Amino acid sequence: MEGRILPLFVAIPLAGAFLVPLLSKLWSRFSDLIASIASALLLGISIYSWLIISAAGVPLHYWVGGWRLIGIAMWFDALTALVVFIINIVGFCATIYSIRYLDRYTSGRWKFFTLLLLLIAGLNGLAISGDLFNMFVFIEISAIASYALVAFGTEEEEVEAAFKYMVLGEVGGAILLFGIALLYARASTLNLAHLSQVLAGMGRTPFYWFVIATLLVGFAIKMGMEPFHAWLADAHFSAPAPISAMLSGVFIKITGVYGMCRLMFNVFGVSRLETPAFFNLLIAFGAVSMVLGGLLAYTQSDYKRLLAYSSISQIGYLLVALGIGNFWGIAGALFHIIAHALAKGTLFLAAGSVERQAGTRNLEQLRGLERVMPATTWSHIIASFSMAGLPPFAGFFSKLFIIIGALTARMYWLAFLAALFSAVTLGYLTKVVNLSFFARKDEPPTTAREAPALMVLATLLLVVLVLAAGLGFKGVLDHLVGPAAKVLLNGLEYARLVLGG
Amino acid sequence: MIPYVACVLLFLIGLYVVISKRNLIKIVIGFSLIEYAVNLFFALVGFKKGALAPIITTLEQVRMGVNRNFVDPVPQALVLTAIVIGLSTTALMLSLAMRLYEKYKTFDISEIRRLKG
Repeated sequence: MEGRILPLFVAIPLAGAFLVPLLSKLWSRFSDLIASIASALLLGISIYSWLIISAAGVPLHYWVGGWRLIGIAMWFDALTALVVFIINIVGFCATIYSIRYLDRYTSGRWKFFTLLLLLIAGLNGLAISGDLFNMFVFIEISAIASYALVAFGTEEEEVEAAFKYMVLGEVGGAILLFGIALLYARASTLNLAHLSQVLAGMGRTPFYWFVIATLLVGFAIKMGMEPFHAWLADAHFSAPAPISAMLSGVFIKITGVYGMCRLMFNVFGVSRLETPAFFNLLIAFGAVSMVLGGLLAYTQSDYKRLLAYSSISQIGYLLVALGIGNFWGIAGALFHIIAHALAKGTLFLAAGSVERQAGTRNLEQLRGLERVMPATTWSHIIASFSMAGLPPFAGFFSKLFIIIGALTARMYWLAFLAALFSAVTLGYLTKVVNLSFFARKDEPPTTAREAPALMVLATLLLVVLVLAAGLGFKGVLDHLVGPAAKVLLNGLEYARLVLGG
Repeated sequence: MIPYVACVLLFLIGLYVVISKRNLIKIVIGFSLIEYAVNLFFALVGFKKGALAPIITTLEQVRMGVNRNFVDPVPQALVLTAIVIGLSTTALMLSLAMRLYEKYKTFDISEIRRLKG
């Protein structure tokens, strides 16, 4: 079915990014207004498009300029719907949160919103792109915006983190481009569907594996997988809180995991039965990330650095779940993308509120925040429970699906490891709660007031979704995650749908 | 074959510079080498020996359909885009390096470690 709505996913944030610097000269608050409207519109059209495809049962497509295979292709199937929804819900919350959060910076409001909209434009563009080179361009758009946003505070640490992040991220980008050039040299096409047919005709040659390896290294750097994790903790630690929420919750999963999944499953056509080596590799790297990230998180005394290491651990979960490769594994991975994006978004926004109100985020110095900032505290606690996989929150079901997947694939040690590191997650997150949010009897709480209403609202919106995705897990599984998992499992079906439609 | 090997060598030299050099500006130069290597490789992919530039100049060519003796124009268009992306990343990297110099008064990356990461 033709989807004339698809170009809007890129056009709205780009138009917003153009208007913000222009109109904020007239009145500085226009930047808040435009960014909020743009992100609300994006959230609206992502839900609308999802309703269309789930009602019609067929994906949306759009050929820019009508050039079909030689032009730019846009594609919106169940997997895109999931990814776009996550981008825009966290993007919307980060935007309205930023309106008050930015008061702590003296200038540059419009720069922040311009870059945030560019970040969202890049992520949305990547999600709907049906063309290899466009995927690369959109990855770079969002990546460049994210480097600048990490350095937004222009303090020593922030610039240092941004530089390190940028060097590693751009090397990753260059490796991706190299992989794309290799692929084009053989296949002479960039359209993902056409590429998948050409590759299917070529067989599993050494060239095929070499291209997979090249692209995997590129994506591994983008997602902060071990052993390429060094940039992640610094960058997510130094960025402004709403940007940390976008980076940890969305960016690493979309540019890294979604990009990899789309190419590997739908273009290279990997499957657990035919190419077990690929899946075992994912499990190996995933397990290492899960263990190391979790253990490193345990030792941190800074609130945001702890959360950043925890993201590495959760990326490990995702890779392990993808590596299991059966329906429950992949559905678990996709459910985990949703659960982790919402919960980690909440945690970073809560961390930002604490830092803004209390003036520090050192866990040793914060005391008894429960009494002075109840809404933030309870948001934090619920999101922590979800991350740790306690019922009835979203994180419980994603981990449950992953463990079911591991058990049905007879990988008992993996199920054990996943369950064990749920407990570790609970451990380091309750450490935060114990130290900072609940006071000991004899100690007075840190002097702070509850965060401004808009910031609390953004945090609460994400928490409510964590709860809703947990309580309504059946609906999420049937309408969002299940169809998306089927897109990945029937990898080569993608080419047939695109070229037939 | 030799140009391809040269590309890979250039890529590896760039990677070596990025990993081993301690001066921020040299790291940026190393990154530029990596980028040029990839761009060159991409442009080489579309190259055909003795072929013409892919520009249709006469009506005759239009009537005859696609002239098979053209080099592939797509990689050139893509490399152009990649160069623009490279320009913006280099500019941003250099401006970050400048900011770092302002803060730390040095370009030596081993002295720039306020983060204990």
